[in-house]
Amino acid sequence: MKGYRKYFGKKIVWFLITLVVAVILNFILPRLMPADPVSAITGKMAQGMTDASAVQEIYKRYEEEFGTNKPLIEQFLIFVKNLFRGDLGTSFSQYPRKVSNIISSAIGWTVALQLPAIIVGWLIGNLLGALAAYIRKGFDKVLLPISLFLSNVPAFGMAVVLLVLFAVNWKIAPISGGYAFDMIPNFSWRFIQSVISHYQLPFWSIVLVSIGGQAVGMRSMSIYELNADYVKYARFLGVKDRKIVGYVFRNAMLPQVTGLAMSIGTMIGGALVAEIIFSYPGLGSTMYSAVTAADYPLISATTLIITFMVLVVSFLLDIIYGFIDPRVKAAQFDS
Amino acid sequence: MKNTLRQVFHSSKFVVGFVIFVAILVTMFVYPLINPGNPLEMIGVGTFARPGTYVSLYDATKTPTETFRLADADDKRLASQLSAEDRVAMVEWFTAAGIDVEGLDISDTDALLDMWRANYDASVKPKGMTNAKRNYYKRLNSAIEQVSAADTLIITDKDAETGELVEQGRVTKTDYVNVGQVTNVKTLPLGTDNFGRDVLKELVSAAGTSIVIGLLAGLVATLIGLTLGLLSGYVGGFVDDIIVFITNLFTVIPGFVLLILISYSIGQEQRGAAVVALVIGLTSWTWTCRSVRSQVISLRNRDHVNLSKLSGHSLVRIILTDILPYIASYVVMAFILQVSSGILAEAQLSLLGLGPKTTEVPTLGLMMNWAMLYSAHTNGSWWAYFPVILTITLISFSLNLMNTGLDQVFNPTLRD
Repeated sequence: MKGYRKYFGKKIVWFLITLVVAVILNFILPRLMPADPVSAITGKMAQGMTDASAVQEIYKRYEEEFGTNKPLIEQFLIFVKNLFRGDLGTSFSQYPRKVSNIISSAIGWTVALQLPAIIVGWLIGNLLGALAAYIRKGFDKVLLPISLFLSNVPAFGMAVVLLVLFAVNWKIAPISGGYAFDMIPNFSWRFIQSVISHYQLPFWSIVLVSIGGQAVGMRSMSIYELNADYVKYARFLGVKDRKIVGYVFRNAMLPQVTGLAMSIGTMIGGALVAEIIFSYPGLGSTMYSAVTAADYPLISATTLIITFMVLVVSFLLDIIYGFIDPRVKAAQFDS
Repeated sequence: MKNTLRQVFHSSKFVVGFVIFVAILVTMFVYPLINPGNPLEMIGVGTFARPGTYVSLYDATKTPTETFRLADADDKRLASQLSAEDRVAMVEWFTAAGIDVEGLDISDTDALLDMWRANYDASVKPKGMTNAKRNYYKRLNSAIEQVSAADTLIITDKDAETGELVEQGRVTKTDYVNVGQVTNVKTLPLGTDNFGRDVLKELVSAAGTSIVIGLLAGLVATLIGLTLGLLSGYVGGFVDDIIVFITNLFTVIPGFVLLILISYSIGQEQRGAAVVALVIGLTSWTWTCRSVRSQVISLRNRDHVNLSKLSGHSLVRIILTDILPYIASYVVMAFILQVSSGILAEAQLSLLGLGPKTTEVPTLGLMMNWAMLYSAHTNGSWWAYFPVILTITLISFSLNLMNTGLDQVFNPTLRD
């Protein structure tokens, strides 16, 4: 167990360090910028006002609200303290709603959409990639260009194309939203049905885009492994083809897990933008409305929560990697 | 060098990607020569004009006419004027009058009109039909007959003093003008967008800007990644530890989030295309740094490097002459990928409303953003968004094909 404990301990420490850095960056980046966010907000709020003292009053109130009149260190401590209490401030655009309230109603939609979509896309992509590497010939010739092309369609582009084809032209899927407009979220069968039908297009647009990239990666990984010396040696020994393919698949799989851990941030970024196209009630749409309304606390909170999600997912992938990587396993048996 | 190039151009994937990319670049340079002018000029007053050739109606009336007696002209005119409701109403009359409509296709105007002319009789009073409805059919019938009659449109001008209408010309149904002779004809191959801009002209200019943004972002990312990777891999020790730590941090913290935070904080006013490119470059160098570092580490203890060290060559010289040439192919491939992801990043930022400021230049992302804001996708204006998606896809497809081709040339184990 010692090998695992060391591996996991290292990963947990690493996770905590990145989390702290992410929080610091999220706090400090907007404050490092030459443009003063508070004055920008005041400018927006005080549009058309001529009374200088009234504008000053507004500025002071926002300064108070954000605490920007205090020294940076103190601001940071308050920020962290509030974070621990789950307090992310008050939204401007949906005043007096709390930011944490908005985020918690959006996060479920995003997780339920993106996690399955990315996993399904990853699985199908890897399977197709391995098949392409193993079968070669026609299958490979057809599949590789298609995968390459698909993987280069931006997620929002795929979303628009699917939306126009299925929702606008053929009218077999709803155009936007997470559920029908005339409904209030509840657990009735009608509501669940509506959610499922609204789920299809965003889901498949993310899956289709991620299949391509994964298939291309898995194909070259598998070809690399199929040409490796151990495969040739095993063939000389007369090991069955099936068994060799099993080995190859497992070895090619490992870099794919790391690849997923590293690209998960980019994938989620793309998928968030795809959400906007469908007005899906998740974090992507929240962020979009926050940007358009210059809702500063909401933007900062969404970026923080997305970073947190990405960190958690890559941490979990690291843990899974520990279980399937023979090198970590070997370290475990040695001790 | 020459041999390497020859080898690279033997890879069919690289060649295909290269050809697509060069074709896009050539279009970018040649099209503005054919169709000069400001791509952001709003030529249309309305939104989303369909693709096609537009003929000035005013000038057309002053163009010398030719008379053609085309047999199907009337029917075509009628077909375009008969609305779907009229067609359904005609079939309703047939059924009400007890006429067999079996096998009649209402989109087939000829058959429908033949049947109508053969059977319609204003004096017939079908059972249960109101007087108003019968009058409607009378009007419909006379409208149909009028289209076949030789009608003339008179073009008049208002006399400024007397207010009388003065005849300027007549247009009959058999008058035709040659499109080539009309003074003002505008061809808009991709129509106009929501602001009434020529989409094709805008698209060409936007693709150019986006490629420049991609190149700039790729250059910044590659330079930072290369420098840090070389330092980290070659110098090692404490420097290596710090750089690896930073690199690992920024691989896990999504660059997309940093991009949003920084872009938002910079503010709309300061956010030109170059600034956006710079920010994208600053948030995406980690990949290059990682791969350069691992390459350098495997090179560091090669004999020729050690020999160079023993000869007392400086650090800069060793890196430039003994290490860089060996990793050049990797750096080029990483650069190509950076360019393509930079273009995508700009598009995503713009869709979020955080793109370059909107008054100066069009970019692919901004065009997409505008099309979505004015719901081009739900009102059927495919020309406003589909060419943009296709262009982004083609650019990044061609870059990735080139990258795959290079990969197969430089990594023989991946060869087919």
